[in-house]
Amino acid sequence: MIDTLRLTAEEAFRLVERGEVSTAELHAAYLAAIAERDDELHAYLRTVDDPQGIPIAFKDLVSTRGVETTAGSRILAGYKPVFDATVATRCRESGMSLLGKTNMDEFAMGSSTENSGFGPTKNPWDPERVPGGSSGGSAAAVAGGLAPWALGSDTGGSVKQPASLCGIVGLRPTYGTVSRYGIVAFASSLDQIGPMTKTVRDNALLYRAIAGRDPMDSTTVELPEAVQVPDALDLKGLRVGVPKELNEAEGIEPGVNEAADRTIELCRELGAEVGETSLPRSVEFGLACYYLVAPAEASSNLARYDGVRYGLRVEGADVREMYEKTRDAGFGDEPKRRIMLGAYALSAGYYDAYYGQAQKVRTVIAQEHAAAFESFDVLVSPTSPTVAFRLGEKAENPLAMYLSDVLTIPSNMAGLPGLSIPCGLSEGLPVGFQLIGPQFSENVLFRTGHALERAIGFDVVPGRLR
Amino acid sequence: MNWEPVIGLEIHVHLKTRTKMFCRCEVEYSVPENSRTCPVCLAYPGSLPVPNRKAVEWTVKLGLALGCRIAEHAVFHRKNYFYPDNPKAYQISQYDQPMCVDGRLVVPGSEGESEVGIVRAHLEEDAAKNVHLGSAQGRIAGASATLVDFNRAGTPLVEIVTRPDLRSSEEARRFLQLLRQTVVELGISDAEMEKGSLRFDVNVSVRPSGSDELRTRTELKNLNSFAFAARAIEREVERQVGIYESGGEVEQETLHFDPGSESAPPLRSKEEAQDYRYFPEPDLVPIEPPPELIERLRGELPELPGARMQRLAAELDHDLAADLVTSGRDALYERVPGDRRAVANVLMNQFAASGVDSAAVNPDELGKLIEARSRIPRDRLIEALAASGEPDFTAEGYLADGLVADTSELEPIVDRILEANPGQVEAYRGGKEGLLGFFVGQVMRETQGKADPQVVNELLRAKLTGYASGL
Repeated sequence: MIDTLRLTAEEAFRLVERGEVSTAELHAAYLAAIAERDDELHAYLRTVDDPQGIPIAFKDLVSTRGVETTAGSRILAGYKPVFDATVATRCRESGMSLLGKTNMDEFAMGSSTENSGFGPTKNPWDPERVPGGSSGGSAAAVAGGLAPWALGSDTGGSVKQPASLCGIVGLRPTYGTVSRYGIVAFASSLDQIGPMTKTVRDNALLYRAIAGRDPMDSTTVELPEAVQVPDALDLKGLRVGVPKELNEAEGIEPGVNEAADRTIELCRELGAEVGETSLPRSVEFGLACYYLVAPAEASSNLARYDGVRYGLRVEGADVREMYEKTRDAGFGDEPKRRIMLGAYALSAGYYDAYYGQAQKVRTVIAQEHAAAFESFDVLVSPTSPTVAFRLGEKAENPLAMYLSDVLTIPSNMAGLPGLSIPCGLSEGLPVGFQLIGPQFSENVLFRTGHALERAIGFDVVPGRLR
Repeated sequence: MNWEPVIGLEIHVHLKTRTKMFCRCEVEYSVPENSRTCPVCLAYPGSLPVPNRKAVEWTVKLGLALGCRIAEHAVFHRKNYFYPDNPKAYQISQYDQPMCVDGRLVVPGSEGESEVGIVRAHLEEDAAKNVHLGSAQGRIAGASATLVDFNRAGTPLVEIVTRPDLRSSEEARRFLQLLRQTVVELGISDAEMEKGSLRFDVNVSVRPSGSDELRTRTELKNLNSFAFAARAIEREVERQVGIYESGGEVEQETLHFDPGSESAPPLRSKEEAQDYRYFPEPDLVPIEPPPELIERLRGELPELPGARMQRLAAELDHDLAADLVTSGRDALYERVPGDRRAVANVLMNQFAASGVDSAAVNPDELGKLIEARSRIPRDRLIEALAASGEPDFTAEGYLADGLVADTSELEPIVDRILEANPGQVEAYRGGKEGLLGFFVGQVMRETQGKADPQVVNELLRAKLTGYASGL
């Protein structure tokens, strides 16, 4: 029997190669698991029948030809793309086929998946709790044995944070290494597609499949070196920096701190040199900066949903009223809030003070990180200040929700890659450990993450499902 | 008080690239609506723009031809606004870092040269075409439905903005004609107003002559021909002068002309300062043309029409030189031997009317024809010019067919006509000298146009006055 809770994608490829299992059997096993557990979890918005390759789940903002793609928004209900996103094409070319599209916060705006226009996703470790977000559907699907692996997207932490809350591995790649062509845009200068997997090796395999320059996305570049699937079990020669502000930030739960501290200690035991460092301005201004840049770009990116060409249309007396009624009915509160914030930040007379200033701060954040990387190869911290919180706990308080990403946002603003690996439990719930590297340092992150993963021996199967 | 018009122009030129600005759709209008579209130009979720290399190069070329500085670092911006012709709800354009800045175009004119400053030339994408049904004058207000044709959406446009350096409608017309000829010769646009591949808006204000103040301007939109633009500018200048002279103030507003009809009065609208929330387009990287590319493109520039106008004006006058160059017939002019002014005049008049392609003409044969033009009957000359584009054309046959200038041949005819029209002869002698034309016409008819009009004139005058004095 195929144990979908434990099967890694790497093993799945091996089984298929050896002829021990067919891709159809694999799909059948996952569809059976989905039938069994997804009524409760609601990780998927829809599944598809395409058993040609190793199954993979896509966050519902990855355009899939002929398969409804909503980005978690009612305004796109019924929208079927006429083209595949580049990452979808690359997955297919690497021997994968689509299992289904996963739930998400509407237009990737959120940290709990409660902002989905189609109902929240539950955390497989505790269905009373959120899986994180915005890639909560993908995280829950992988953690709950409903997909061997999945693609998520990360703007402010939307891969790393749900990976942390669901006890899986998530990579936010260097900005510009993975094509955004066909990805429903939230904040173009920050959005990156990232792999969400059970192991670091799977993560490297999936990153290898999707990364590299795409002529359809002008902001992509060729990788400076090939992606290596990690083997090494030690961290000899690695210089690990512990940024004070990221590890001592207000609101980090004690259990989270303990798990992270144990992991830092483990780095030392595995041969790394560990030292303290500082990112004062990045952490102080990162979140504020993000909440100007991302909503500003979102206000423009979401303006195309006007009811003229696709998706929802609510008729009105004239075109202006049609726009207003369509957008009022189609967007949830969070997109509306961010569209207003963003339009304001871009307005004449305010641009310099807000969007312009935020872009300057971004440069400062990048410089501060670059300075830290003169002394260290990776920087580490908890991924999320908390473990998975209860459904509804922060839903009514947008600011508390925004703080969920306070540790992931600073390096995202600098365009840097970050890997989250599970490093232990606090109150019976997974804690994620964030590894941040310089641009294009994914191989270093994979090597570090792999060695730690083996040393930690975290069991990715949620306790209640073992 | 004397008033001086202050005129600036904003010109949009459609580049004739094979594909659109940010996607691979063909640029093609004579095809069914919405048949040249894709996820990018329809703004489907997740689609991304990729700049058209040719369009970028051509904009650099145009910038060089206009004497602009080519920016080392140009940035595309998003211009945000909602309208059904704008599928992304933003237009990708350029804002404070355009590709070409600070150029000039020297326009020769009868009162000397005038230099018109070019503030900027930038690259952007065009909008879709809307057809509003069931409303007055095809406007969106009150329309029962709006049809959108996205074939035009995303086609490349260059916008050129001049300084307010133009001082008359005539100067504006000359500038536009020279600019048009420049883009046509660069091979980057058809620049045809009827097809909409050249469009322009005019900013007009007036001020007391000699002052350097800039007063409130109005903007004239949708002008569909150079001649109409010149008339519209004159009317607007008069209107503004009238307002100031009666103690009023000109209001900032836009005058929208009906592109379908020159006679319809323009619709006025207050200029709202619409907030386009410009910000750098995050889906594109800055354009940084390498110096080698700029030098290669500079090397590809032909001798520009402005320079040729100046050269030809030395041997003709400015008007004729400008007309030759803007008509594209100056290359032929330079190859046809003979009296310069005569060649220029024939090319701009009778030859122009023949519709013959200048490139097909043998200049030496055409030169012979022009040299003998006064000895060839008018109809035959026109026939000859019409045939001058044919591969084996020679002037010979038409020259042999010269005019009858021999008085011994013409005199009996003249006598016959005077005898047959005693009443008119009487009237002429009574002072109605305008009747000369009548007699000339009779002689020409009699000779089937082959009589030399000059000789006929002289003969007639001599005979008519001779008879008079003989009395």
